[in-house]
Amino acid sequence: MKTLADLRAIKEKAKKEMATREQSAKYRISVAMGTCGIAAGARTVMSAILDELSKRGIQDAAVSQTGCLGCCDQEPIVQVTDADNRTITYGKVSAEMARKIIASHVQDGKVVSDHVFDMA
Amino acid sequence: MRELALNILDIVMNAVEAGASRIIVAIDERASANRLCVRIRDNGRGMSEEMVQRVLDPFVTTRTTRSVGMGLSMFRQIARQCGGDLTIQSQLGRGTLVTTMFQLDSLNRPPIGDMAESLVNLILGSLDVHFYYAHHTDDGAFGFDSFWLFSRMAEQDCQILALAGPAKIYIKERLKSIASKAVSSN
Repeated sequence: MKTLADLRAIKEKAKKEMATREQSAKYRISVAMGTCGIAAGARTVMSAILDELSKRGIQDAAVSQTGCLGCCDQEPIVQVTDADNRTITYGKVSAEMARKIIASHVQDGKVVSDHVFDMA
Repeated sequence: MRELALNILDIVMNAVEAGASRIIVAIDERASANRLCVRIRDNGRGMSEEMVQRVLDPFVTTRTTRSVGMGLSMFRQIARQCGGDLTIQSQLGRGTLVTTMFQLDSLNRPPIGDMAESLVNLILGSLDVHFYYAHHTDDGAFGFDSFWLFSRMAEQDCQILALAGPAKIYIKERLKSIASKAVSSN
């Protein structure tokens, strides 16, 4: 039986692991989870991303959630930022598309040209 | 939104963005009283009394990316269509409590839906936040603490992302075991 202090220590370890992952990440993946994103299917997209990263054993990618980016008609939106801070924004992402982004962009470094849109 | 678990995810994301370090989601589903109550409590930055009065207006938001804030007003609209309502109690610097009531057997009520998926995504997307989920029915109770994931991670010496699937299965099974026999909410 673990004590609360044990669990806090474990949590700190997990946070450190995620922070290390974030710092050394080749890619940072961000899913927009505002009301518009959630209504358009962002939860399923997030699940697909977590599942695909785990299945492929990809460890040099960090995942986070953001709020609305102001492009509600393009939701669900996924942004992939590389180590040089270049961000590619994908719009109208489905779960299937999200898996493709992980396999192609995050694992092989090849941007998936379908669904890329310019936020400017 | 097709299910209440998506509305709950949306409201909890507001709490995450309000800087909360502890968030409690409590669902009380009582077929015997024909009532479903969803409470979301956080210790984020909270709101002034004036903001609480205005926050249910869909054209009011604290965000800068857009001028509308639909989440809370939409959730209240659903609750009102189901013979219930949504109330907000908040204190600046202390946090916020959003309470939403529904008539359980209302034909307008969306199903609770996939709480396991909403919860696990929230935990993995916001590791700094301590989440606690409680679900009560006439037939039992279930509680899930985000420490569960960290504890399993240590026991199995694995990456936390590898636990997303097992955690969802565990939560779904436990919720199924307490599902009210009188009314199926999912």
